[in-house]
Amino acid sequence: MTKNTHFNWLNALRMGLIGGVVALLISLVGMVEEFSQRDIIAGVITMGQTLLFIAILMAGYFAAGRAAGQPGLNSLPSGALAGLVTAGILAVLVVIIPLLNLRAILPNASPALIRILTFLQESLVVGIFYLLGAGAMIGAAGGLINILPAGIRRAVILALFWVGLLGLLQELLRVTLTNMPQVGAVLSWMFGSRGLSVPGAIAVFVAVAGGNYLWASQGDKVQDRIRAQPPATHRAMRWGSIVVAIAVVLYLPRVLGPYLSDVTNSVGLFILMGLGLNIVVGFAGLLDLGYVAFFAIGAYVMGVLTSSAIGQNAGQIVFGPQLSFWQALPIAVGVSVLFGIILGIPVLKMRGDYLAIVTLGFGEIIRILALSDFLKPYIGGSQGIVEVGEGQIGPVIFNTPQTLYYLIVAGCLLALFISRRLRDSRPGRAWKAMREDEDVAQAMGINLVATKLLAFGTGAAFSGLSGAIFASKIGSIYPHSFSLLISINVLSLIIVGGMGSLPGVFVGALVLVGLPELLREFSEYRLLMYGALLIVMMLTRPEGFWPEATHKREFHEAAASEVAPESAPAS
Amino acid sequence: MAPILTARQVTKRFGGLTAVNNLDLEIQERFIHSVIGPNGAGKTTFFNCVTGFNQPEAGEILLNGHHLERLSPDRITQLGIARTYQNIRLFANLTALENILVGQHPRLKSGMLGAIFNTPGTQREEAKALAEARRLLAFVGLTGKGDHLARNLAYGDQRRLEIARALASKPKLLLLDEPTAGMNPRETEAMTAFIHRLRDELGLTIMLIEHHMGVVMGISERITVLDYGEKIAEGAPVEIQTNPRVIEAYLGREEAEAAGEPA
Repeated sequence: MTKNTHFNWLNALRMGLIGGVVALLISLVGMVEEFSQRDIIAGVITMGQTLLFIAILMAGYFAAGRAAGQPGLNSLPSGALAGLVTAGILAVLVVIIPLLNLRAILPNASPALIRILTFLQESLVVGIFYLLGAGAMIGAAGGLINILPAGIRRAVILALFWVGLLGLLQELLRVTLTNMPQVGAVLSWMFGSRGLSVPGAIAVFVAVAGGNYLWASQGDKVQDRIRAQPPATHRAMRWGSIVVAIAVVLYLPRVLGPYLSDVTNSVGLFILMGLGLNIVVGFAGLLDLGYVAFFAIGAYVMGVLTSSAIGQNAGQIVFGPQLSFWQALPIAVGVSVLFGIILGIPVLKMRGDYLAIVTLGFGEIIRILALSDFLKPYIGGSQGIVEVGEGQIGPVIFNTPQTLYYLIVAGCLLALFISRRLRDSRPGRAWKAMREDEDVAQAMGINLVATKLLAFGTGAAFSGLSGAIFASKIGSIYPHSFSLLISINVLSLIIVGGMGSLPGVFVGALVLVGLPELLREFSEYRLLMYGALLIVMMLTRPEGFWPEATHKREFHEAAASEVAPESAPAS
Repeated sequence: MAPILTARQVTKRFGGLTAVNNLDLEIQERFIHSVIGPNGAGKTTFFNCVTGFNQPEAGEILLNGHHLERLSPDRITQLGIARTYQNIRLFANLTALENILVGQHPRLKSGMLGAIFNTPGTQREEAKALAEARRLLAFVGLTGKGDHLARNLAYGDQRRLEIARALASKPKLLLLDEPTAGMNPRETEAMTAFIHRLRDELGLTIMLIEHHMGVVMGISERITVLDYGEKIAEGAPVEIQTNPRVIEAYLGREEAEAAGEPA
């Protein structure tokens, strides 16, 4: 934008329009109304309103960011104008819904939406006045955030985010933590009936903002002091944190209770798949869109080998050796690896989009085969396989969410361990070289056939393991569980977390699998949110939430680089 | 003296275009042998035939008596040929050190299981590989830059890293495709001295493509000139400088008659 001191109203107008279109969209798809049943801060602000306010806040923020001249002078009015425009568009919506009977075309343009947008005021005029006022104020607040010094700005944004997140999750947190009476008093003070209480919200805001600001200004000193400790202390600290992490992981299902444990298990199965696809896509750069195939194969092998529903009746299969879970598990993983290699052979010569399309086809072929009448006697067709076996160690049977949790955590840890070891090894380097430049990698003496098949096989192993546990967890398998959407979910979580990054897989799975499970209202808008999140990520943070760090090895001894294991896994 | 690389009647066509035509070439051990020629003369195509990127339609290429024509690039590298590229092709998102470690790939043994269980053998091999990578880093003068991503290195550093990566496979024959392209005179001089060191200290045979005539004439023991895929001259720098066919190829007929010597 031009560098003058004139008030850049055109730009503010543009930002306001963009914000308005976004606000209009989320209102008319029904998100605002749906989410209004949940409060962020009890009695003050609902989640639906929060969504709208975020749109306005962003409009104000960016309008102020583009405002020319000295910062501060024009930022507030720019933000306010942008917010006003955004709110104005919503006001127009409020007016024309009853006038044009919009509800006939847009079912979500309901009287309830009007009530929400006009702050439950009886009179429409007063409501619109409120709406415009709120828009201008929030827009100005967006402008204000923009002109804050960088350190404070980061603290404020982070604090707002945490207030939102805690408010969102209050129901869960309360249910979870009621087992611990010690924290009960704190909780009832912090949370209202729905969402955070006002003092709770203020406390969270102050704590997060203050903590972040302090860490930003003092964190380096603390880190320096830790670094200055003798190696023995370092080792003790590292072991201490490992022990704490293990204790937390072991104790977690008791705290979480059955429902949250089940959610954690779903996340864990996706982490397992994500770690596998991370090897194929993140390390080796082979874009595989049919990854669900190996998940399905693992599940079906587990199902066929352990199912006790044998016979000719409906829902039964003709062949089933009725092996135990532990006998079937390695076979399931082995068969998945075998299929990973078999499906890998035809695509050895393919790259990029061609590879993606062919693997996409493979994924569908496996699903359709599972549905087919041809294989129905063996794998049940659309009726699936029931009575899949359960794992057992001593007295512990893995059939409840809280016991399965340990099985899945063990699987994730194993996959994480293998991924870590492979990442820094000769095969891992060959994968990454191939990802960077396939021709040059081959000219460096890397056997592309072996390297690619190793990647496909390893990826399929993790996915097969995940599928086998999934089959045992659900107890029955149906072809519709293995849709293309699973492949897309796994790929998305890798992209969101950060390609090739192991912690990124955990972050991605928590965000893309965990959050939608926890917030049931989201489920209807899941794909919309996925799409929006992916676009925003690609534009603002293409390397992912937690990108792969480069390894500093030049001045380290080779042995030292292998010692530190990853702490705090599947939470 | 037996040649380390022998090419006999190598022909490579792309559709109707004959990029390399009936080329005979011998490279003597421990020579610095330049291949020059105007743009489109088939120099890089010949490099690609030697390294297995392209399969020649006819003819044979032998490294110490081993046929290379039907082998894949990775096998050829394992036999002892390494190369650099005209437009630098490093593994951009790996660190400098990792680039060199990848270069050592064919000389290392540890596989998947060794990596997962981190066996003592693997640990020893990795430690040795890392030490070797640091040594190569120092050899090309990049000490202290090993942890930088390759794409963040300066242009000259990238060229040298590419050579270090090629050296990591312990080649007998090193193919350099325009090693001084895009360098200023000072960097060019340093690179020339460095190529000499490669031969003198490491005992390598070096075949290079180069456009910079000052470098070619100063560095080469033998020069082969290609034009339209065919060899038009071969000999020591002095012979090439005065060869009328070479002058003609570079300057065109009329200018060649007017001018005495090429630059």
